[in-house]
Formats: sequence, C-alpha cells, structure tokens
Amino acid sequence: MKAFLLFLLLAATAGAVEPAERLADPALEARARAISTELRCLVCQNESIDESHADLAHDIRVLVRERLVAGDSDTAATAAVVSRYGDFVLLRPPVKPATWLLWFGPVTLLVVGLAGTLVWLRRRQTAVPVPLTDAEREDLEKLLREDG
Amino acid sequence: MRRLMFLLPVGLFLALARIFAFSLRPGHDPHVLPSAMIDREAPVFDLPTLTGTGRLGRETLKGQPVVVNFFASWCVPCRIEHPILMRLAQRDHIQLYGIAYKDKVEDSAKLLNQFGDPYRGVGVDRDGRTGLDFGVYGVPETYVIDTNGRIRKRFVGPLTAETADKELLPLLRKLGGS
Repeated sequence: MKAFLLFLLLAATAGAVEPAERLADPALEARARAISTELRCLVCQNESIDESHADLAHDIRVLVRERLVAGDSDTAATAAVVSRYGDFVLLRPPVKPATWLLWFGPVTLLVVGLAGTLVWLRRRQTAVPVPLTDAEREDLEKLLREDG
Repeated sequence: MRRLMFLLPVGLFLALARIFAFSLRPGHDPHVLPSAMIDREAPVFDLPTLTGTGRLGRETLKGQPVVVNFFASWCVPCRIEHPILMRLAQRDHIQLYGIAYKDKVEDSAKLLNQFGDPYRGVGVDRDGRTGLDFGVYGVPETYVIDTNGRIRKRFVGPLTAETADKELLPLLRKLGGS
C-alpha cells in the first residue's frame, strides 16, 4: 500500500519528463524541472513544457538540461530558450515598457475607480440641502392643509 | 463639462471596440507567433544533404537572399504548400532551400520524388536541432534570409499563393535590389 501511494506521488510529480531525459545529478534535474515549469510549450500553448507531451516540449526540455550541464545559470538557460522563441515562451511575462499596461493596468484602473468612488461619496455627504424659499413654504403649507 | 463626463464611458467603449475589432480582423491568427529571430543573424547550422554529397550550412547560403523552408514528409500542410513551392522555384526562380525536419532520409527523398523537388539543396535535420535553433514550432515554416545572413521574415504554416505573391516575392525583390 505504501509503495503504491509512493508510486502515485511520484507519478503526480513526474510531469511529462521521460526517464531518458532525466539528468543523473538530482540537483541539476531539480533546477531543470523548476525552469521547465516556467516555460510555455508553443504547440499546446496553455501547458508548460514540464507538463506537455508534445515533441517540441521534449526538445526544449533537453535543451534546458544541456545548458545546465554545460554550466549555465538558471537565467542563462532560460535566456537560451527565450532567444529562440521570444518572451512568449515565458509563462510569467517579464516587466518591461511593452508589458507595463499588462502588469500595472489593472491596479491603475482599481486606484482610479476607488478615487472616483471616494470623491463621489464625499460630495454626496457634504451636499447641503437648500432651504425652501418663502414662496415654496407657503405652497407646501397650502397643500398640506388641503390634504388634511 | 459635466456632459463631457457622461460621454467618457462611450469613448472608452469605442476605444475598446477598436482594439477588439483590430484583434479579430480577418486573416489574423492569434496563434501565429512573431519570431524572436527577426533581424537577427540566422543560427549556425551545418547539415548533411539529402543527396549525401556536400553539406548545407549557414555559410553556404550567404551572399544572396535565400528562402529556407522547413518541411517533413509526415506533415500534411507541407503537401498543401508543395505546389506553391514548385511554382516559386520554377516560375519565380527563387533561391529556395529545404530543411527536412525530423524526417527519415528515405521518406523525404520519396516525397520529393513523388511531387517534385523545388529545392536547390536540402539539409537533413534528423533530430530537429536546427529547427530548434531557428525557433521552429511546427512545420512548415519558411524563413527569408538576406545577403548578410540575417533572418528578415518568418512564415508559419503553409505558404499560400496570396502570401507568396503579396509578401514573400516583394520582400525578395527588395532584398535583391539593395
């Protein structure tokens, strides 16, 4: 039973990485896995290459591992993939002028909306009711008297 | 001034509608990715040729604008594209080179025997490594490389008569003239 549970656990964490792809060094393999979960598979565009069984995902996983074995840092290995496929391959888009709208747009909208709501609420509270003029008061009393 | 404030949502809506209309314009496929390699030097490659004689590499292509087409015998869209490639080679005499992507040599050869060979040379990229270096994410893909070995344009998916006449040929003319 224990062995079966362990098997399930391993199966759940294995992603799409094939045994032949795995690096002998567990530390390097762990880094490769971490990098892979951040890279988009370009064939099935909503999966990371770690989860995807597409051929291309396999190729990119192997490329990342090659770079790591060659002594690249995590960022350098990621950059090797980005240089071929562009920023789109990153599941977490980088913060740069072209993506400012994406990163800060929602927050800006929220702040503007909150500020607008605050101003509106303030104005509503401070609006002083205008007192009736003498003529209006007379009319009102007349109406009330007629009713009664 | 107050009236202008009421027009603000209308203006916002129109602006958004314009953006959406632009993204939904006919002929635009959001799944087609821009190449990261545009205006960069083509990656180094040196492949054995399909005929077995000589090699096809970046250096052998330099000195003239060339078109490099990644294809495979197992790829259905490549067969759709094939007549266009034949026409481009025979009528327009473009410098067309092929790279057989993840394909067995005998299968690529059979394909070219059966449907005709539009290529001036075919490199064999058995493991897809050259494709990976080019940023290929699915065949067919077609790259235009200028005289200096820089990638100027990528076509994802099969070339059509329209993309060939309206984009590929004018670009080659421009590159050849300069």
